[in-house]
Amino acid sequence: MEFISKIFTMSIMAIFVQNFVFSRVLGLCPYIGVSKKLDSATGMGMAVIFVMTLASTFTWLIRTYLLIPMHLEYLQTIAFILTIASLVQFVEMAIQKVAPTLYKSLGVYLPLITTNCAVLGVTLLNVSNKFNFIESIFNAFFSGIGFTMALVLMAGIRERLEKANIPVSMKGMPIALIVAGSMALAFLGFAGFKI
Amino acid sequence: MSAMKEFTKGFIKENPVFVMALGLCPTLAVTSSVANAIGMGLAATFVLVASNILISMLKSFIPDKVRIPAFIVVIASFVTIVDMMMHAYTPELHKSLGIFIPLIVVNCIILGRAEAFASKNSVFLSLLDGLGMGLGFTLALIVLGAVRELLGAGQLLGHQVLPQTYKPMLVAILAPGAFFTMGLLKGLLNLVTNKKK
Repeated sequence: MEFISKIFTMSIMAIFVQNFVFSRVLGLCPYIGVSKKLDSATGMGMAVIFVMTLASTFTWLIRTYLLIPMHLEYLQTIAFILTIASLVQFVEMAIQKVAPTLYKSLGVYLPLITTNCAVLGVTLLNVSNKFNFIESIFNAFFSGIGFTMALVLMAGIRERLEKANIPVSMKGMPIALIVAGSMALAFLGFAGFKI
Repeated sequence: MSAMKEFTKGFIKENPVFVMALGLCPTLAVTSSVANAIGMGLAATFVLVASNILISMLKSFIPDKVRIPAFIVVIASFVTIVDMMMHAYTPELHKSLGIFIPLIVVNCIILGRAEAFASKNSVFLSLLDGLGMGLGFTLALIVLGAVRELLGAGQLLGHQVLPQTYKPMLVAILAPGAFFTMGLLKGLLNLVTNKKK
């Protein structure tokens, strides 16, 4: 029971209170870049959840069973980014072979994920928060959901903005940032929220 | 002459943040004060210059197919050096920048310059390009940091600038303030460039 309540707290924290986009300000490149259409936003979000969860699993194993026993903690950054890059490559090949239809909808987003700082960010946060194996996986999964939620909300708003009458200079990225700011303001309401 | 152009293009004309909209995460996340902005900017500049030099030296040895992973390893090594140096010499700054120091690895400006410039040009030009782009990035961070620190705390570099009666808008140094400031600055820049045309 204690475990379930801990996981529940974690999910609220990762999705709302410390949302990756609105509170930690991570993963902005895809957030601004891929939020123009609702379906591409959903595709990107799914790919991020998947890679984040896998990356956290592998980086935790690598750190605990390889880096720490060999006293190589200072290689953490290099090891993690290489893990993520090769993982993304591997996942891309696997999906292409096993599920071609899924590959068609997710494929284009996968290479972009290597340089998504949210993925490296979540693995580093798992380390700095000293999460254990199960906690790391759940934290990554919920953080991914939080990111997807932000992305999908944004895409919905931007599809409507297309029709709005916006000053020429504010079109595109500036108005997207202002919208993101307003949403971050709303999410600020969750700050200091303790369960 | 052309060398000078490679150096100065990063300041305004091809400014990585305001014109090319690269590296947004560190730009928005760490600019809550000017001090943080300078620290982040210089750290990224060092990595950018060092990786540009090394990559342009190695460009004929790196096979084309594995160039991106090779670039990432080079960049990650320099980021690790910066991380350790900052931990040793500027522990306060290291603490306030937090995970954004290791995250320099995935800063798209650095990989972008490696791919678009250093892998095709001579060592000297790559050095100038890296330095110019890095300083342009730092400049953008300082502008953002200055606006946010001024509005959010009434201070600049920790010194009180606005009169004591000014009531700080706390939101400016929180995450929403970052989005608003960046959006408005980018809009202002668009306005100026549109007028020029």
